Amino acid sequence: MPALYATTREVGIIALVDLSGRIALGEGSALLRKTIRDLLDSGNNKILLNLGDVNYIDSSGIGELVSGFTAVRSRGGELKLLHLTKKVHDLLQITKLFTVFDVYSDEPTAVRSFQ
Amino acid sequence: MAPDTKHLEVTLDTHVESVNLAEEMCLRVAEAAGFAEDECYRIGMSVREGVINAFHYGNQEKPDKKIHLGIDLTGEKMVIHVMDEGKGFRLSDVPDPLAEENLLSTSGRGIFLMRSFMDEFDVVPGRTGGAEIIMSKKLPLPKSASGNGNLRPSNSDATPHQEA
Repeated sequence: MPALYATTREVGIIALVDLSGRIALGEGSALLRKTIRDLLDSGNNKILLNLGDVNYIDSSGIGELVSGFTAVRSRGGELKLLHLTKKVHDLLQITKLFTVFDVYSDEPTAVRSFQ
Repeated sequence: MAPDTKHLEVTLDTHVESVNLAEEMCLRVAEAAGFAEDECYRIGMSVREGVINAFHYGNQEKPDKKIHLGIDLTGEKMVIHVMDEGKGFRLSDVPDPLAEENLLSTSGRGIFLMRSFMDEFDVVPGRTGGAEIIMSKKLPLPKSASGNGNLRPSNSDATPHQEA
């Protein structure tokens, strides 16, 4: 089963993290946690997670997204989501987290939302 | 167990890799039983969540304890059993992850996902003293009555299978 890969790029004032693979118990969840923690430690608290190539999230991965969301918010920042696949969209919908996260389907709009 | 039921059983270590192993094993059985891709995803996710539950909450990640995974294929459904060696739990004690006060909880969604994705779901006391999760999914209609060497019990190929 493929692992998770994360690449961070700066887009204006935000850190945009392109994720691909699975956010699941083990390495995937751990990498997401480390990526967000490293961004916060280096002063980035406006974070956009691009989940366009994330085809699988389990309950551990959902927990890690929520944990990241609350950690960023506690530092006065924002964590938002971009490009959900259908499976991830449905998962956030049934867990009612769609109402918690700001979710965008195009990058420019998502980036502008942080201004 | 009914004579036409096919049964698979495996004992897994209390290790994070067991979660992936259990998911892959059940996915193969589900594919061979003829489930469509979306249903396989739901079955795989449910097995994953059941084993995560056994690994983390039941066995509390203690390596000396085991996780027991069983799969039954009857003529009508795929039944999955996940048993841990913990202290057991009652479903009524599990907090509702959709409650407003739990929405930002970082855990506690596994049971909810299994309930959502499977047709039947229950937790009973296991023979090891821990919890036994039992969940099932109704088999899809067979594409042909001739059989194709899949894992369906043999009599299901001869009997017309109708949705309720």
